[in-house]
Order: sequence, then structure tokens, then C-alpha cells
Amino acid sequence: MSTTLLNEFTVDKQTNTIHIKREFAADRPTVWDCYTKSEILDQWWMPKPWKARTKNMDFREGGNWHYAAVSPTGEEHWSITSYVKIELEKMFLANNGFCDANGTINPNMPMSKWKMEFSDMGKNTLVYGQMQFPDLAQLEQNIAMGFKEGLTMAMENLDLMLAKR
Amino acid sequence: METRRDVFQAIADPTRRAILLLLASQAMTPNALAEEFNTSRQAVSKHIRILTECELVKQEQKGREIYYHIDTHKMKEIDKWIEQFKQIWETKFNQLDNVLLTLKKKKK
Repeated sequence: MSTTLLNEFTVDKQTNTIHIKREFAADRPTVWDCYTKSEILDQWWMPKPWKARTKNMDFREGGNWHYAAVSPTGEEHWSITSYVKIELEKMFLANNGFCDANGTINPNMPMSKWKMEFSDMGKNTLVYGQMQFPDLAQLEQNIAMGFKEGLTMAMENLDLMLAKR
Repeated sequence: METRRDVFQAIADPTRRAILLLLASQAMTPNALAEEFNTSRQAVSKHIRILTECELVKQEQKGREIYYHIDTHKMKEIDKWIEQFKQIWETKFNQLDNVLLTLKKKKK
């Protein structure tokens, strides 16, 4: 995108919370759909070269989104998002964790509480995400997991770089 | 042990994080540090040893006393790690920008 969209990312180590504010060039109902409809989520939720693949989506309070992050070689990492509270096109609260293909949560993996708020910013939409972890170690572990899932390519680049030294 | 030299190992424990917070405001002697915690002195000194091995804490001899200092150099590794996480989100959001563009074109 040529225009500059608001983009803020901060980590509050006191409350173990990651704050992400991002502006999108679309109206609120459209952006809301992108965050709540699995057929759209599958198109963007996982950073390349990974892809999200939804097994089940039930977007309502008490419902779940069960999906896998799939690598180009077919490796799968399963996650589950449980929706706690939903205010249409305004905000939702959810719990997020890693699980298996059956949706059984792995208690040894980091769990987080998410709050996603949607507001108008002129013609655009601002999404304010807050991800809270029970402790800093789990936050770090989640970062490590995200890294594993999302930046396999970068790791390979790093390997190459290190090999040259 | 090789694994000890990882900053994340160092901050994975709540006592060690508390030690780092205390040392961030001032250098402290082993005794002064131990007094801040309800655990045994051995337990505290074990944590300090791990922090030293991870190069997050340095010690300095002043007269008869040893003082522990925080070493901010290694702390930066944590920030670097977080930066990578930030980049993952940036990639995701750029993908969403593209999805939104496609949705807009379909509407027209």
C-alpha cells in the first residue's frame, strides 16, 4: 500500500500483554468479516509461506475456530480460538491456545487472552488487538512458536548467513 | 551447560525476573538481594549464577563486598526476538491489506 496506515506494536512486560494497533483501508463491516469469517481468515491469518486451513468455525459466544497452520511441505500446527464475548462489528474477546487435530488443548503450550476492538478512523478501520499471557515466559514461548510457524524462511536465511561466517 | 546461556531461559523464572528488576534500579550485594526473597540464600545464589551464566548479570568487587549489576547488552536480545514477532504480524497485516483490495474490486 502506498499510503501510510497507522501501525503500532508494543509489548508491556509488566502485564505480559502485546498491544497491536493497525489501520486498514476498508470500512468496519468489511474488516470485521476478515477477522471473523474463516474463508477470509484462511487467506491471510498465517504469514507466508504458511497457510491457515480451517477445520471448523463457529463464530458465536462459546463457539470455536479450530484451524491448522500448514507449511509448504504439509507440516501442521493446530490452534483453537474460543470466543468468549462478541459485540457485532465492535469487539470480541477470545482465548487462544495450541491444540491437536481433534481440538484437544495442549496445556504445556502458551495460552493467551485476546481482545480485538474495531473502530472507525475516517473511511478506514482501526483494529486494536490486545493479547495477554499468564506470564512473561509464556509470552516469550508464544513469540518462539510464532517464529517457528511464521518465519521458517527467515530461519533458513539465518542458517545461510551463519554458514558463510 | 550450553542451554543456560539463553536469555529466555534466564527470564523464564519469576524469581530471576524479580532479581533483574531489583538490579535494574541499583547494584546489590548477595546478602541484600537474598533478603528480598523468602527462599533460601542458596536458592537465590543459584538464580544469580544462572543469570551470570546468561550474561544478564555482572559482578564487581568493591572492597570486601561483591556487587551484582545488570548487563543490559544481553537484554537487547529479548527486544530483537520481539521484533521478529512484530514482523510476523506485519506480514499478516500486509496479506490482509491485499485481501481487502481484492474484496473492494469484487464489489465494484
